[in-house]
Amino acid sequence: MKIVIRMILTLTIIGVVAGGFLANVAQWANPLIEANKKAETEKAIFLVQPDGKSYQQIKNTNFEIYKVFGENNELVGYSIAHEGNGFQGKIRLMVGVSSDLNKIKQLEILDQVETPGLGTLILEPPFRKQFSDLSTDPKVNLVKGVEPSKPNEIQSITGATISSKAVVEIINKGIEKARILKERGAL
Amino acid sequence: MKKEKTLLQEFVKGIDEINPVMKQALGLCPTLAVTVSAINGIAMALATTFVLMFSSLMISIIRKLIPSQVRIASYIVIIATFVTIADLVMKAKFPAMSKALGPFVPLIVVNCLILGRAEAFASKNNPLKALFDALGNGAGFLIVLFIMGSIRELFGSRTILGFHILPHSFEPMLIMILPAGAFITLGLLMGFKNAYTERVKRKEREDIVKNYRAVSKLESTNQGL
Repeated sequence: MKIVIRMILTLTIIGVVAGGFLANVAQWANPLIEANKKAETEKAIFLVQPDGKSYQQIKNTNFEIYKVFGENNELVGYSIAHEGNGFQGKIRLMVGVSSDLNKIKQLEILDQVETPGLGTLILEPPFRKQFSDLSTDPKVNLVKGVEPSKPNEIQSITGATISSKAVVEIINKGIEKARILKERGAL
Repeated sequence: MKKEKTLLQEFVKGIDEINPVMKQALGLCPTLAVTVSAINGIAMALATTFVLMFSSLMISIIRKLIPSQVRIASYIVIIATFVTIADLVMKAKFPAMSKALGPFVPLIVVNCLILGRAEAFASKNNPLKALFDALGNGAGFLIVLFIMGSIRELFGSRTILGFHILPHSFEPMLIMILPAGAFITLGLLMGFKNAYTERVKRKEREDIVKNYRAVSKLESTNQGL
């Protein structure tokens, strides 16, 4: 009986001390972690909206969308953060679109776990540059093996079709959601 | 008969004699997964060493208070506490590094290297010895992870620690960045290490035999006189 009490007591004390200690560390670290996350999002918002000076998050949506304002407080467009399935895991990206939602300004990939050397080419300029000034009317199309001929077409990466397709699909879905919001007058 | 080891010996044995990756083959999961670049390897090893050091120290201090029936549970709680601290600090201060290492920092909790040292060494020795043992094992882990990261980074992306080493005409070997490259690199490293140890041992054995022969020859000539 004595040993049982000792076992319970030891584990309880260790647990309480560890918990109390961690609570203190978390209290110190959490604001810093929040700030890091915010800085990262903020950086991405302005990366995809080169003319942006300030931003405002649109509330009551099930995805992240930010109104971005220029130097004289005029609306320059929206930054949409959206995620979806890639080849192996989630791809999270931020796309800057014009205020009528019909043109992409820039694309930034925030998180990805694609195959190194193949799928990760979606991070490289040759692929991402294709999205600059790309028309999204009616949506972005992916072509394989041929040069893009229409203003809303981009070329898929050789050997990483699934990753390329995933990026295009995530963008299309994000913009579609934004369009629904706009129709409702919520933007 | 076992001789008492000095603190320095406790430290050095972790690098060579019982190197966690090369000899004990512990902690292979992070070794294989994060060593796509040298800097990732270093960061992972440092985080692991931090946890190893403090948990070994802590466990050694309270080793006599813990009933042996609940020792593993106690160790895990202590280890998990330090891992969470390491994870939070990394997230707060080095967000880029923490992103690169991903889920492998929280997974240090189940790294058998740490629990292994806790059970095999820290729970039986005094805190100072446990600390040096942990530092030695951490250093051994760091060296191996750095070598592996460097080799994989060199052949996989032509750089070491971000510096370009190989010319652009060298086509990066994709396999070195992929998991298969980790297995190949680790296998070769272990093979070379074992071959080297074997040679040193054989040489020692031959030396002993040679000495013995020389001595016995001397003795027989002495007897002849």
